[in-house]
Parts: sequence; C-alpha cells; structure tokens
Amino acid sequence: MASSSPVRHAWRVLLGLVLVTGVLFGINALGVYGFQKSSWTPELALDLQGGTQIVLQAQTEDGSAPSQEQLDQAASIIRQRVDASGVSEADITTEGGQNIVVQIPGVADEQTRDRIKSSAQLEFRAVLATNAATTEFVGEDGESTPYPSPDPTLAATPTAEPTDASDLSWVSEKLAAEFLAYDCANPDNDPARAPKDEPLIACDDLGQAKYILGPAELDGTAITDATAGRDPKTGAWIVQLTMNDKGTEAFGEVSTRLNQYRIDGLTPRDQFAFVLDGRVISAPRMNGLILDGRPSISGSFTQESATTLADQLKFGALPLSFTVQSSGTVSATLGTQQLQIGLIAGLIGLALVAVYSLLVYRALGAVIVASIAVMGVLTYIIICILAWRMGFRLSLAGVAGLIVSIGFVADSFIVYFERIRDELRDGKSITAAVEDGWGRAKRTIYISKSINILAAVVLYILADATVKGFAFTLGLTTVIDVFIFVIFTHPVMQLLVRTRFFGNGHPLSGLDPQALGAVYRSRSQFREVATASAGRGARNARSRGEADRRQTIAERKRAEALAREASSSGRPGSASGEGEN
Amino acid sequence: MASMNEFGNNLYTGKTSFPFVGRRRLWFIIAIALVVGSILVPLFRPIQFSIEFTGGSQFTVQAPDSVDQRTATEAVHSVVPTATTKVVVVSGTDIRVQTDQMSDEETQKVSAALADAYGVEPESVTSSYIGPAWGENVTRQSLWGLAIFLALTFLILALYFRTWKMSAAAIIGLLDVLVITIGVYALAGFEISPAAVIGFLTILAYSLYDTTVVFDKIRENTTEDGDQTGRTFGESVNLAVNQTLVRSINTSIVAALPVGAILFIGAFWLGAETLTDISLSIFVGILVATYSTLFVAAPLYSLFREKEPHIVARDAKVRSARSKAVVDA
Repeated sequence: MASSSPVRHAWRVLLGLVLVTGVLFGINALGVYGFQKSSWTPELALDLQGGTQIVLQAQTEDGSAPSQEQLDQAASIIRQRVDASGVSEADITTEGGQNIVVQIPGVADEQTRDRIKSSAQLEFRAVLATNAATTEFVGEDGESTPYPSPDPTLAATPTAEPTDASDLSWVSEKLAAEFLAYDCANPDNDPARAPKDEPLIACDDLGQAKYILGPAELDGTAITDATAGRDPKTGAWIVQLTMNDKGTEAFGEVSTRLNQYRIDGLTPRDQFAFVLDGRVISAPRMNGLILDGRPSISGSFTQESATTLADQLKFGALPLSFTVQSSGTVSATLGTQQLQIGLIAGLIGLALVAVYSLLVYRALGAVIVASIAVMGVLTYIIICILAWRMGFRLSLAGVAGLIVSIGFVADSFIVYFERIRDELRDGKSITAAVEDGWGRAKRTIYISKSINILAAVVLYILADATVKGFAFTLGLTTVIDVFIFVIFTHPVMQLLVRTRFFGNGHPLSGLDPQALGAVYRSRSQFREVATASAGRGARNARSRGEADRRQTIAERKRAEALAREASSSGRPGSASGEGEN
Repeated sequence: MASMNEFGNNLYTGKTSFPFVGRRRLWFIIAIALVVGSILVPLFRPIQFSIEFTGGSQFTVQAPDSVDQRTATEAVHSVVPTATTKVVVVSGTDIRVQTDQMSDEETQKVSAALADAYGVEPESVTSSYIGPAWGENVTRQSLWGLAIFLALTFLILALYFRTWKMSAAAIIGLLDVLVITIGVYALAGFEISPAAVIGFLTILAYSLYDTTVVFDKIRENTTEDGDQTGRTFGESVNLAVNQTLVRSINTSIVAALPVGAILFIGAFWLGAETLTDISLSIFVGILVATYSTLFVAAPLYSLFREKEPHIVARDAKVRSARSKAVVDA
C-alpha cells in the first residue's frame, strides 16, 4: 500500500509536520537551555499574572503631538526611572503615537507613580566636588569601613552666604557627611525631584562616580539643538550644542567663571554637569571661553555614545509632560483566578466539541479531535517562542481568542467532511470523494480564512493593547489552522480511507455511503457523475485517478457487483462511475 | 445520527428544501423588525458603558469581612462627601466601588478608608483610575479598524467572487449581525466594556467567515449551472444554502460550545468579567451570524442578481421549459 503515490505523498507531508514540530521545539529548547531566555511556559500579561498598568499620554509644551522619536526617548527615560526605583521586569512600550504604557509586576506605590509621570528635567549645574561612588574608606587599620551615617545635628545651612553657583560654601557640614555616605545604588536616593535652587548630590549614569553640584544655572529649554559629529581637527566624536539667546548669555557667564577655575587649577570646580532626571549624564571640563552659545563636548566618545548623549540633551530640552490616561492594578490572585477560569472553560469547551464531533461524524470526529490536539501543541510552542523573540505576552483577551479559535478550527474540518459526504452522495468511491472533496473544500477554506487573517491584521495594526493581544492570537491560530489543515488533516484522511474501516465505509466511520444515500441512489438511478470541473487542480485529479486504481478489494467487489446489477437492469453507468478506471 | 445523515441527504438532493430565497420577503420583514427592535432597545433600556468609557476611579476590596454595600459608600463619603458611588459585589466575595474621578491623594485616602472600614489589609484594596479620553480613543480606533476592514473585505470578496454584489450582500448581512448582537447585549443588561468591543470585533470576522463559506458554495452551484439548467438563479442559490445547511448548523454549534462554556463558567460560577463580556457578545454573535447568512445575506444576493438581464432571460427560459413540461405531462 505504501507504494501508491497519494500514500507516499501523505506520509511525506506528515513527516514534514513532525519535522516542523521538532524544529519548533528545538528552537525553544535553544532559547531555554542555550540562551537561558526562553521558557517552557508562555509569558503571561499583566491581567493574568497581576500587576499595575499605567497608560500615560504624552504632551509637548505647545500642545502638539510628540514625534515618535520624542516618545521613544520619553519611554527610555521612564524605563530608567522605573529601573532606578528598584522595580524589576517593568515593561514600557509606546502605543498609538501618543501613549506610553508602563506595566509593572505587583503594586506600584505612590512614589513610583510620581516618578513615572513626572516630566524629564535637564539641568546644568556646576560641579563642587566629586568622588568615586564608594561609601567606604580604608582606615588606619587597613580595613574598609563604611562612612558613618550623617549626624542629624550637623549644620544644614552654609557657613557663609554663597556668592555664585560654584561657591564651596554651598557645601554645609551636613551635605559633606551625606556625600561621603551617599550610596548610588540605593533606590531611595532619588535626586530627580530636588529643588533647583539648592545644591545636589548626584551620581553618574553608571553609578561609578558621585558629585556635589551647585544649584541649577540653566535648564533644558536653553538648548535648541544637539548633534553628534566629528571634530574637524582631531576626527574624534564630539557632541555639539546650540543654545538660544538666553542660554548663550547664561552659559557665557558660567564659562567665564569655570574657565578661570581651570586656569587656577581648581579641579573639579572647572567641570560642568548635565543632569538628566537627577543623574549626571556628562560632566565635561571647561576648556575655554564659550560666549557664542555653541559649546561642544569632547571626550572618549564612540559614535554610539556621542549620539546617545546628543539625544539625551536634545530631547531633555523638549520636556514632555504626561497625563495619566488610566491606571489599574490587578492582584496576582485575581489574575491567576482568571487564568484558571479560562483554562477550565477551554477544557470543557474542548470536551464538548469532541463529544459533538464524535456524535455527528463518528470516527471522523477523532480526526477533528486529533487535529485540535496538534493545533494546541503547535500554538503552545509558538507562543513560548514568541514570548522569547517578540516579548509576546498572553493576556486574558488572548486566552479568549484561543478558545474562540477552537470553533474556527473545527469548522475547517466540518467544511471538508461535508464536502466529502457531498461527493459520496454523488456516488463517488470513498477514496475519490476524499480527493475531490479536498479540492473543493480547499478553495472555500483559503478564501474564508484569509478574511479572518485580514480581520486579525487590521485589528492588530489599529487597535489598542487590549485588542492587540486578541487579534494576535486570532491571526496566529488561523494561520496554524490552515497549516494543519494542509499538512495534517488531508494526509491523515488520505491514509485513513485506505484502511478497511474507513475505506469500506463502516457504519461507525462516518463515511458510510449507504447512510449517506449514495448506494440507494446509485441503484435506482445511476446518475451520471459530473466530470471534474474546471478549477480543480491537476494534481488533485491525478491523485484521485491514482486513488481509484488503488481501490480496496472490497471497493472493487462492490463496484463490480453494482456494475453487474446495472447492466442486468439495462441502465448505463456504474456506481463508482469515474470512467477513469 | 442516522436522522441527521438523512436530513443532510435530503437537503443535498433538494428533497427537503427550506425556502430561504423563495420566502425572502418574509425573512426581510423579520430582519428589519429585529434591527429596528435592536435600535429601539436603548430607548427603554439605556446602554450601560463601563468605567473604561465613562472615566472614573474604581476600588476593589478583596475578601472583606462583610459584603455590606453601605459600608463602602460611607467610607468613600468620609473622604469625598459629594462623590457619587456605585457599589457592587463581584464574584460573591469582593466589593467593587466605582466613583467619580479622584485625585491621587483622594484615591490614597479612599483606599485606606475602605481597608479600614472592611477590616482588611491595605494591600487587599486595589484601585484603578481611568481618564475620560481612554474609552474615546479605543472607540475611535475600533471604528477606524471597522471601516478599513470592511473596505478591504469588500474588495477581496469582490475580486474572489468576481461580483461586487456578493460583497455588498455579505457586508449588509454583517451590519445586521452587529446591530442585533449589540441590541441583545444591551437587552441582557451587560455593560459595554473593552472586552465586549473585542467580542463585537470577533463577530465581524466570524460573520464574514460564515457568509463566505456559504457564498462559495453558491458560487460553485451558480457557475456550474451553465446555460442548460433546470433551476432558476434563485433556486440555485437556495439549493446551495440548503446543501450547506448541515455545515452551518454544525459549525455554529461547535463554535458556540466553547464560548458557551466560558459564558457559563464566567457568569454563574466564579465571575470573570472580561471573559463573560467577551463570551456573551461572541455567543450571541455566532448564532445571529449563522441566522443572518441564511436568511439575510443569501436571499439578498439572489435579489441583487436576479434583475440582471442575462439572468432574467435564463430564468424565463427555465420557467417556460418547466411549464411546457407540465403541459406535456
């Protein structure tokens, strides 16, 4: 039997399915064991695992919609803020051109919320003192000792009234003690909200150095542009700033003062810090008088680090303000409960579909159930892989999409089986009916599923995050559905009809020609069976012809018996009447 | 299921035939009545929009000592005396309070007051805030999605079936489904929530999918008829609908079963709002979509095509041949 070409073809296709499944599992195994980044369970979205979601709408100062560039920059600033507050696994995405969606596992406290929705602040402050980011010192005993916590009785006010922003008298005794004990890694230390007119302790981006800074002398609005480029003389990467009139004047004063410190050798007071959100992103030394408002920052930049700094300075200069559009918390227990309900409902739904399929289609129902099982395995592993590669998270709406898809998937088979039955009713042999039914069902399935995929794609592109998850699973399952229909259901049917049980149309097989009225009609009227109509593929006709030549013994016997009957009653035609035998 | 088989056989041969096309005037009257009824539902039963659309603050108290609803109102009023509150018990054990929009500070205080009043840990009170623009944005995006989807579908179906009349019939059938589904949804007293919107969007996909499957059979029958046929165009369409009737019934049952399972479990057992909202809209939608394909889209298509000159001519030929046959007999 394995020598016949539809059978060989069927086995080959099924082997392909096994290979595809194997490859998918292999990919995920690579993700899990190789890259340590994937998992054997799908990632769950906020509404299933619990957590807080805050949707922020970004607005520029003049009320216009922000550019995607600005939005991305704002999202990355928010990401830094959330990371800095010690929350791990926060998920920050931009959405719909104006929104930033922040998802945090667990409950967000008021401090975190405030931090998230405050607008980015870029400040320019003079450096008063700097130090490595250590909180310990090596004492006379040769061992590391933490600096003591500042004594609260120390004077918090300067000893003398400071004359300018670089004046060391800003550094009170208390501030000096705080500075020594200051821990850059402690999330409670958040200088982002410090008042502008007071000195500040801040750390650099990497948490390697800490600074005492004077009060803010300029803010981000002073910068009109910042670009990364190469120094025409040295070829090194630099960041060039352009300031507005007010900025030029103020920066000129600062430059005059700091340049004098450089000449006097008063390091680090000749440095000038750009502070974004309470973190020092750059603290260059003043190398000369800059009175034209076009300073450039040089240092050991790469193209990437120069571009990053330029972006930070430029977009920090255009602060976006955020309004909270929605904020909600789902407790972890509620999320788990929802997931459980979804899973239980899915299982019950599956069981009901299985029972109904078996009732209506008898043994053929088992093909539906098996196909849905294959579908489940493929969908599961693909969702795992997508969680790893694309950060896809299964939401409640996504689960609903999966459950709904059970019905869509089952329908592919219903369409196919009904077509097979129609062909049987036309008096065709079972093997021929499977091939011809396939040819007709295929067209219907392709066009109707493409409508589904279209719906999913349009929804995915246009809708907001809640609907997106649903659209995604709907589209995904439809694609897998068509794939399984071609690569599993059809070959399985081709193989099954070659078994005695299905091929002979056992009453329980769901393909009993007698029950389907085929034999009855062929006896009474011996209809002329329509020849293969246009639109059916050549390969289809070929495999059907092949199928007829490979009829089972019982089929031939029946065909012969019917032919005898037909000739004795003097009517033309034959029951299996393909005219191709 | 022998009777089901026999039913299918008779439908296939035309022995049993439901007059989907023949009595279309009746079906159209019923459809129009249903649509008008659905549009009138909000008049005596206003459509409730969920907090996502209206904006506001929402507090959920998990597993409080008692589910006395007055306690919640008192707790809220102790902070904001003028606030309107809506208190419901969800899942049988939790209290949910919806109020006007509150400031962050008020939200904190109300949470604390609720935790205190119900004797639970502060962590057991979760709060959410929905700005008024949110629902508006979602609705606007959904409507855009709907418009673009319909336009694309119209085009694709017109290309595939080689006639825009199938596209038109399918999309009119779809609108029929949407209006009736939303009407039934409102009648059931459910709030329109984002989850329900997702459900309606699914119904779009399902309804067109279902119609396409039946239309493909109609296409097959009407194109295979050729010029030498014993059936008028309308009869051909009607036969196709009857021949796919078993599929339509089986599909709608199989599709409705899992959704029904969610609906049942969600609504009566544990109370999962998102799932219940989605599944109610889809459950109703599946049944209405199946109905609409059979009783609205298919007869409408027949109506659109029957006036075409060559079809009029062919149908006349078929009828005259038939009356001649009757006379001959």
